[in-house]
Amino acid sequence: MAYSDKVIDHYTNPRNVGTLDKSKNNVGTGLVGAPECGDVMRLQIEVDANNVITDAKFKTFGCGSAIASSSLATEWLKGKSIDDAMAIDNMDIVEELALPPVKIHCSVLAEDAIKAAINDYRVKNGLEALVSEKSHH
Amino acid sequence: MNLPIYLDNNATTPMDPRVLEAMIPYFTQKFGNAASRNHPFGWAAEEGVDYAREQVAKLIGANEKEIIFTSGATEANNLAIKGVFEMYKDKGNHIITCTTEHKAVLDACKHLEKLGAEITYLQVKSDGLINLQELENAITDKTILVSIMYGNNEIGVIQPIKEISAITHKHGALFFTDATQAVGKIPVDVIADGIDLMAFSAHKMYGPKGVGALYVRRKNPRVKVTAQMDGGGHERGMRSGTLNVPGIVGFGKACELCNLEMAEEAKRLSALRDKLESSLTILEESYVNGNREYRLPHVANISFKYVEGEGLMMAMKDMAVSSGSACTSASLEPSYVLKSLGLSDDLAHSSIRFGLGRFTTEEEVNFAIEQTKKAVNHLRDLSPLWEMFKEGIDLDKVEWVEH
Ligand SMILES: Cc1ncc(COP(=O)(O)O)c(C=O)c1O
Ligand code: FES
Repeated sequence: MAYSDKVIDHYTNPRNVGTLDKSKNNVGTGLVGAPECGDVMRLQIEVDANNVITDAKFKTFGCGSAIASSSLATEWLKGKSIDDAMAIDNMDIVEELALPPVKIHCSVLAEDAIKAAINDYRVKNGLEALVSEKSHH
Repeated sequence: MNLPIYLDNNATTPMDPRVLEAMIPYFTQKFGNAASRNHPFGWAAEEGVDYAREQVAKLIGANEKEIIFTSGATEANNLAIKGVFEMYKDKGNHIITCTTEHKAVLDACKHLEKLGAEITYLQVKSDGLINLQELENAITDKTILVSIMYGNNEIGVIQPIKEISAITHKHGALFFTDATQAVGKIPVDVIADGIDLMAFSAHKMYGPKGVGALYVRRKNPRVKVTAQMDGGGHERGMRSGTLNVPGIVGFGKACELCNLEMAEEAKRLSALRDKLESSLTILEESYVNGNREYRLPHVANISFKYVEGEGLMMAMKDMAVSSGSACTSASLEPSYVLKSLGLSDDLAHSSIRFGLGRFTTEEEVNFAIEQTKKAVNHLRDLSPLWEMFKEGIDLDKVEWVEH
């Protein structure tokens, strides 16, 4: 199966690889997936006083599409408000990266990671976790 | 050096140009049906087939009458297992095989289970070899066949064939081996090895695709299999169908070349393979899978912990290799062979198989080493698991959110 140019670009030059200090109160961390499944994604956001995401970082163990999905997600997150970020849908990622059907779960993982990071941030700051109304499983 | 380089010779091999040359006349000039006994076109084709049959038989120490041409090893595996089951059903219904066999063997056995066969699937040890005592314990008076592969296609380990056949014969059963990965790579001798039936395939030994053979012993004991396709009764009644003459001629030539060159080739390839392995296991947390003594000369299977195989292959973009990772297969399950060795799913997901071959050069191996190292390092920089490992976090204790 051939990869799209955008997947290859994100894979070869991943954006925002790295680690934020997860002990900080304004940092939310989402760690989703499992090594046995062949994919683990960690996505982190740093949020300012206005609930705007000022920085985002990721690390991913997984296939090229999973790496590209999380790299793209960090790009999209930066500058977004928490609420806008919560609205990112995995199908947006599928479309942008032209992922084939067998790779849709890689984008689902990215959406799950975004939501997990936001909820981690919310819980740390005394807000209740949001449950996503949609379920992929 | 031309890119990409081909290091997937266990999946298939390029055809040797000398094989192609031998085949060419059989497409347009000597195109006859080898079964046409009454004109020169048929005779020319038959002559080609007869000669090829000798070349094939010679490579494995058989008599040419014992070679049944098939469309490949999948068919030969099916013919052997189903054909023996049908032919010997009055004697018993029990077949013994092992968990690391090729799907063509495992699924043929599964099929027979539906028809009343009892199948024992022996586990393998962590090095990929079966336990001979377990084999002997599994044999009953209903056992008609033991089917254990010669060399494994994923990890290259070579089973103790002589010992297995001796145990099998001691208890009066037949011994079949899928030798697709071994024939033409290492010396295989059906007499010395005590083999009753053996499957192998041309496209794994620099011959054409779509042709293979089943060796069926004719003496001590005389073995018979029930044909699985009805038709003109070709191949001593065991495999009907007009013979694939150019393919068979190419298969014969491929066998002849292997016979002449495999000793040298094995030496060269095992040296290259060792170089590849020792250079790559310098990387932290990388492990060679399978027994390192009893194995084919040309295959290395290495797990690079904390990176995922498919992601890794994408970074090794100028080389063709294969991975035990689930993401590369349709099934989403990582390699059942690696899991049979007791590898955890994450190590199975992290594996790469390098298959060297006749046309692999040292320059290519050096290139593969550099590319692989770079790729592993690139992906570890991206891997949360690697970071956690480096921080001393025990990954087995993390509560993962499976999706
Ligand atoms: C061990 C083994 N058995 C059987 C086969 C099937 O061979 P063929 O492609 O000739 O049907 C293969 C090749 O994939 C193999 O490696
Ligand atoms: S992470 Fe499994 S296919 Fe992408």
